[in-house]
Amino acid sequence: MTALLTLPAAGEFEMADINYVAIAPMIVVFAAAVLGVLVEAFAPRRLRYPIQVGLAVLALVIAFAALVLPDADSVTGTTVAGTLAVDGPSRFLSGVLLALGLVGLLVMAERFGGEGPDAFTPMGAATPGSAIESAAARAGLATTEVFPLALFSLGGMMMFTSANDLLSMFVALEVLSLPLYILTGLARRRRLLSQEAALKYFLLGAFSSAFFLFGAGLIYGYAGSIRIPAIGEAAAASSGDLEPLLLPGVAMLLVGLLFKVGAVPFHSWTPDVYQGAPSPVTGFMAACTKIAAFGALLRLVYVGLESTRWEWRPGVVVIAALTMIVGAVLSVTQTDIKRLLAYSSVAHAGFILVGLLAFDITAVGGVMFYLVAYGASTIAAFALVNMVRENGAEATHLSQWAGLGRRHPWVAAAMTLLLLAFAGIPLTSGFTAKVAAFMPAVAHGGLSGVLLVVIGVLASAVTAFVYVKVIVLMYFTAPSGDVGLAQPALLSVVAIAVGVVLTVLLGVVPGPLLDLAAQSSTFVR
Amino acid sequence: MLSLIVFLPLAVAVVVAAVPSLGAAAARWAWVAVSAVELVLVGVLWAGYEDPGPNGLAFEEQVPWIPGVGSSYHVGVDGLSLPLVAMTAVVFLACAVYALRDGERPRAQTALFLFLQGVSLGVFVAADLIVFFVFFDLSIVGMYFVIAGWGHGNAARSALKFFLYTFLGSLALLLGFIGLYVASDPHTFDILELVAATPLEDNPLAGGLVLAAILVGLAVKTPTVPFHTWLPPAHTDAPATGSAVLAGVLLKMGTYGFVRIAMPILPEAWRGWAWVIVVVGIVSVLYGAFVALAQTNLKRMIAYTSVNHMGYIILALGAVGLIAGDTAQARSVAVTGAVVQMVSHGLITAALFLLAGVMRTRAGTYDMGAYGGLATPAPRFAALFAIAAFASLGLPGLSGFIAEFQIFAGSIAVAPVTAIALPGILITAALFLLALQRVFTGPTQGQSPGFADLHGRELWSVGPLLALSLLIGVLPQVLLGVIEPASAALVDLVGR
Repeated sequence: MTALLTLPAAGEFEMADINYVAIAPMIVVFAAAVLGVLVEAFAPRRLRYPIQVGLAVLALVIAFAALVLPDADSVTGTTVAGTLAVDGPSRFLSGVLLALGLVGLLVMAERFGGEGPDAFTPMGAATPGSAIESAAARAGLATTEVFPLALFSLGGMMMFTSANDLLSMFVALEVLSLPLYILTGLARRRRLLSQEAALKYFLLGAFSSAFFLFGAGLIYGYAGSIRIPAIGEAAAASSGDLEPLLLPGVAMLLVGLLFKVGAVPFHSWTPDVYQGAPSPVTGFMAACTKIAAFGALLRLVYVGLESTRWEWRPGVVVIAALTMIVGAVLSVTQTDIKRLLAYSSVAHAGFILVGLLAFDITAVGGVMFYLVAYGASTIAAFALVNMVRENGAEATHLSQWAGLGRRHPWVAAAMTLLLLAFAGIPLTSGFTAKVAAFMPAVAHGGLSGVLLVVIGVLASAVTAFVYVKVIVLMYFTAPSGDVGLAQPALLSVVAIAVGVVLTVLLGVVPGPLLDLAAQSSTFVR
Repeated sequence: MLSLIVFLPLAVAVVVAAVPSLGAAAARWAWVAVSAVELVLVGVLWAGYEDPGPNGLAFEEQVPWIPGVGSSYHVGVDGLSLPLVAMTAVVFLACAVYALRDGERPRAQTALFLFLQGVSLGVFVAADLIVFFVFFDLSIVGMYFVIAGWGHGNAARSALKFFLYTFLGSLALLLGFIGLYVASDPHTFDILELVAATPLEDNPLAGGLVLAAILVGLAVKTPTVPFHTWLPPAHTDAPATGSAVLAGVLLKMGTYGFVRIAMPILPEAWRGWAWVIVVVGIVSVLYGAFVALAQTNLKRMIAYTSVNHMGYIILALGAVGLIAGDTAQARSVAVTGAVVQMVSHGLITAALFLLAGVMRTRAGTYDMGAYGGLATPAPRFAALFAIAAFASLGLPGLSGFIAEFQIFAGSIAVAPVTAIALPGILITAALFLLALQRVFTGPTQGQSPGFADLHGRELWSVGPLLALSLLIGVLPQVLLGVIEPASAALVDLVGR
């Protein structure tokens, strides 16, 4: 087996061939994140916020330009000694990550004016309720570390979608996850809940990373390589000797990735973390992590594991069905809007899996379109959650949303539109996305594909019930308590407007993006 | 032209919803004005209409929409859809006039009903499955808000039941559409291309499954037994105008889907399943009639007669799939009858529901036992209700007769066994006469004393609906001339 490894002879060092233009977007984001850490160390406290926000926004814009401007042919291919693949899916998803990441950063940067109503704790290191913390709050400190952390995470996500071998995929997984664990624990209100969520996320995340690593080890044993294309070739040429290593290895790799997308039975962190994390972080996490994780999953199963899919696909079919059913059914009983959206994100992960399991090039485009549609709506939804306040604290209990339509018609209208999109009502992005994801499953998924689509349709109806219940609550129930909006909220409004416009636009004229996704669905091997 | 008809109400709805300073009266009159303009436009359409021939559409418009999946914004009308477009415009205008004095949130109500009008018209002119589905689903959302926002009694619950039921049905429909798309080669959602290609013809299993998905989706909306249980609570708790639109227009989307999509695109599967469809039709006719007979709540009774009346349509369309000997003529008559029934039921039931709404505004109850001798204090109300009831039970000279006569003439000629649905007409007659007797005759008692007679706007909303029913009954040729060529074409398509 070692013959497959091309180790250089001792004493020689071969410089890896790096296409800097192709990976420039990643470099820009990581460099800005490192710069952000330096700013945190050296810039005076009052200047940190404007510098950090400006730096982050600038970095994302430059990275986006660096991604879009070069000619597609000149950057497509594997680079950094074959560890990173720059191709249609990775470029498409990186672009989406940068765009939605920018929207997510705007929401994080929202400060709402007034005394300390932003989403983050004044000092992350302080014990909840301690004297240091209240002193920090009185001094009006702000946790500007969130910007470099978010940039590191975003860079990791971009790398995750391009990772072409299992090790760089693992590194990317850690780079994207660790900042998220910290960000989760930084909520200003309900500190203990937030820290509990962070710890849970960290422990379960570490556990799933270990699974991934172990699976990578087994697969290396099977294929003799950690390169994803090489795994595919080895499986196609397999003599069957090492077959016992394959299935456990694949299963463990998938555990690691399905944990990140929040598929049942690896979803148990989702509601707690979504609820505990500051709402802007939840929105960023829900949208971008899902995009990155599905990007990696797509590459792994379409490039590396396609030829062996008959062995593991039935298991993932069951997982997809469970994910849709559990996500939809449990969302019915939720009384907290963030937990409700968490379970709905679980259900949506199931819908995306249905498309992914079709194993056709049209499915890649469908899944990517779904990710854009879901991500745009989700960030806007959590930005709205972040704005609805009672006595300065987020009003996340559903009873606090009663009568919102009468007091704040625009907020309620925007939320209604987003909820209708989640439900998949036509002329919103949710409908087009569901069609795009389900159509390949019917066409190429065989009997199990059709069955999954039927389950998906039933689950959609259940989730529609949940969303309509919230709409009823906002419009047809008498308001109670003293729920208001955090004002003024310019950056949030911009983010929400972007999300809402995208939601409508992708529903009314989905053609251009569908075409782009379809053109970008070829993986390099 | 068609796009103008569809998007004018939608555009005005957006304007009305976005301008908070619009007064109540302005909103109401804007609604009436737009509905009137719509009716004029439809009149122009009707005047310029020429039969486009088999599998063709008049006033066709096609713009690429989502070329990647073979879906375009494609609209057009033919003899099957034009009468429904006209009926929709009439019913909405009647509702606009009826609601002129309603007090509750007039701006939102106007916006919602204009939205509903736009999407309803959109369903009837759509020539692309995705366009059809988009409008079909949006009509559910719109109606949900109408019932939940302006209903009474247990409105929120009824509205939710309506939404869940019909939304689930629409998803089944979507599944069927995706099945058609996947089966067609090249992949397309265009109805005309699908009709020409008849995908799934050589695959009876897949054809049957796709038809089953479409049938379930449309049957929920129609509704037929056993998918009708959402209908009575939705109607009972909906506002009068909401009920009128729901029964008059939205139910027709289900039956229209049969003639526009299910029958011409899947002729082989339709023929294979024809007996099932006929049986469902017969059961709906009889079951709807019997249950309606047992009702004491007038609005619930009218709701169940809708199940009965929709059953006739299903029965006729099922009979069209029974190909035997040289019955093409008879089958064509059955289709014509079914389409006339759609129009006639729309007009008559809308009138009945608006009249029931008058009872609620005056006395607050639909319970027939709470009234008696109502003809004395409210003679105009009694007269109009009697006309509507007679039209609904199929009295010659009114539109219901033309429809049901053709349905039975066609169906029985094809399959004599369908005659067992005939008692349905008898029971409907009995139940309407019973209702008339209980509410309008005898000593004036209960809520009846002091019951104010119809006002101008009520008269002017209900009257024209019944006048049109009478017109169709006396001069059916105006309508039949449009429908008949399309019916013959449809029969040919199913017979392929």
